[in-house]
Amino acid sequence: MTIDQSLDTVDMMLNMGPQHPSTHGVFRMVLTVDGENIIDVQPHIGYLHRGSEKLCEAEDYRQIVDLFDRLDYVSSFNNELPYVMAVEKLMGLEVPERAQYIRLIMCELNRIASHLLFYGAFGADCGAVTPFLYGFREREQMQSLFESVSGARMMHGYFRVGGVFRDLPDDFNQRLDSLLPMLEKGITECEALLSKNELFLERTLGVGVIDAETAIDFGVTGPNLRASGSTYDLRKDDPYLMYPDFDFNVPVGASGDCFDRYMVRMEEMWESLKIVKQAVARLPQGPIMAKTPRTLRPPKGDVYVRTENPRGEMGVYLVSDGKDKPHRIKMRTPSFCNLVALRHMLIGSYVADAVVILGSIDIVLGDVDR
Amino acid sequence: MSWQDVLFIVLKILAIIGLITVVVLLLTYMERKALGRIQMRMGPMRTGFHGIFQPIADALKLLLKEDVTPSVRDKSAFWIAPLIVFVPAFILWITIPFTEDLVVRNLEYGIFYIIAVSVVSIVGILMASWGSNNKYALLGGARAAAQLISYELPIILVILAVVMLAGTLDMREIVNAQGSYPYVYLQPLGFVIFLVAGLAELGRTPFDIPTAESEIVGGPYVEYSGMHWSMFFLAEYANTFAIGALGTILFLGGWSGPLLPGVIWFAIKTVAIIMAIFWLRATLPRFRIDQLMTLCWQFLIPLTFVNILLTGIYAFYGWPSWTMFLMSMALLVVSGGVVRLRQRARTAQFEEALKARREKLAT
Repeated sequence: MTIDQSLDTVDMMLNMGPQHPSTHGVFRMVLTVDGENIIDVQPHIGYLHRGSEKLCEAEDYRQIVDLFDRLDYVSSFNNELPYVMAVEKLMGLEVPERAQYIRLIMCELNRIASHLLFYGAFGADCGAVTPFLYGFREREQMQSLFESVSGARMMHGYFRVGGVFRDLPDDFNQRLDSLLPMLEKGITECEALLSKNELFLERTLGVGVIDAETAIDFGVTGPNLRASGSTYDLRKDDPYLMYPDFDFNVPVGASGDCFDRYMVRMEEMWESLKIVKQAVARLPQGPIMAKTPRTLRPPKGDVYVRTENPRGEMGVYLVSDGKDKPHRIKMRTPSFCNLVALRHMLIGSYVADAVVILGSIDIVLGDVDR
Repeated sequence: MSWQDVLFIVLKILAIIGLITVVVLLLTYMERKALGRIQMRMGPMRTGFHGIFQPIADALKLLLKEDVTPSVRDKSAFWIAPLIVFVPAFILWITIPFTEDLVVRNLEYGIFYIIAVSVVSIVGILMASWGSNNKYALLGGARAAAQLISYELPIILVILAVVMLAGTLDMREIVNAQGSYPYVYLQPLGFVIFLVAGLAELGRTPFDIPTAESEIVGGPYVEYSGMHWSMFFLAEYANTFAIGALGTILFLGGWSGPLLPGVIWFAIKTVAIIMAIFWLRATLPRFRIDQLMTLCWQFLIPLTFVNILLTGIYAFYGWPSWTMFLMSMALLVVSGGVVRLRQRARTAQFEEALKARREKLAT
């Protein structure tokens, strides 16, 4: 028998998204697959583009906070922070200490809530159904705490230039006292369900490996970079708020695979809990708002402020021309920069790994597309 | 054959189809409730007392739903596929004995018939995936074919060990042969392999690779809707029930048990196995196709061969029954231990990195 040489094999083009249960929103990847192996991948973004940066130019300095809420909608506090810090830095405002502590507490709680969402979504990506509900159980309690503090479950709009919107509610300490043990129990249960599960290890160990140098070249930051062994964490390396005063560790991974990215986040939740406990114990009394003029008119100039978002380095570059609206705002969002490394991680893996790797990067499409 | 005989056979077949349909409806309700409780939810609550009418509402919805079909597809393959999956799932019940007398038609080669019939459904799944003209379906179909054919082997080899002990292929005789103790006592390893391979045959978590919702969004069934989709669904749950029933008959002593009537014992044992399947679904993530193949060819099949060898030695020399139990149990513990050690070694790496970082911070 002879083989017909004109019969060629063709790699299959597999379109994943924008309507796909595991692309975390409206992300689309066009995979080129040979059977189950991924040969190439082309990410397509932009389905959620709202022109946030341009919108900022038409808004008052105080209104822009709400636009930042809508970038990474699962960690809104962390997004508001770099923006208000940027304006404050430009105006030279001194923020009262109590306001800074409140900001820090909310940001760290928000980090836990965000990582819990990651935990649930990542479990679902691996094919387990229960983690999602386990992750949401404690997150729901945190959302209602956020609601009691800021008035909204999501899109809080709580941080203001010069301080915070209002003081903590009277029962905040009681609520937190009941929430923290619940969180500890919840995170322990979450870890028991997934972290040492043989199938979970099978699916995540050695999958989507990226080493620290390559990750830095791609501009990857946050837990994704630390999973590769780098210790880069802005809370330690370029401190803001009162982070230097607190005792906490920076979890790092060894091999930069999906399992390390997962474990770094699980460990980070424990570190955030530590920070929250210390901060609540030290929370000073005093004003929560600096004196600000009726209309905010930062002086001419530009400023770049960066903070450690649950997803990585969140940067805001603000150019002011002295008017009541910014001349230009550039948002350096972590999800977008982390997503760049996706192709590097995906090529050579299996179709089933594609969703696991994408899930381990933990993107939020509002953050990618702005 | 007189017309009464024919009528009687037809009635029996209708009865079994009715029974299986009702059982499937109950199973879906059970699964949703069990899953709900495990996930700290209530499960269906709106239709009737604690949502008891939910399966009926679901069935009605599926019946009334518009049957959407893709415009570009292989018409004949697309329409015949649900039937080819559906029919084997039901006709294998002909020979499954619920009790000594409660069986549609006891066949002398009953277990052989069941294995032969259940394999046919693979063809249906392949036809569905090809006929849908959808890439997700095609991937799912290829996965299903690879998975189902591979896992036929361990399941057959495990059943072979049971058949060697019982000395018959007749399901009724296999149950009767387990007079003093069920075969799960002689074959703990065999029972575990049967459950694992059975799960893979069913395509349920953690082996739901062909349908993998988070990857290929339903696989071969992605283009089906309404009644045709519900045929696949019915077949899946009928097969789940079948694996439960087979496990009961082959390993748990079928209908035998004290006090209660045989049918009740049969139901209790079957439901216990099915609940374990639901429980696993709530707990475990999904395998990847290559890991699934590794598990089957490098782990399960060698184990089943060793199992057959041990069973053969035991049966040939007529050793006392506890020797078989010990041999099988030892093999089970060793293979479980290997898995556990591997898992320990793997998580250690991350903990070391974290420890090193902490020490660095401390200095």
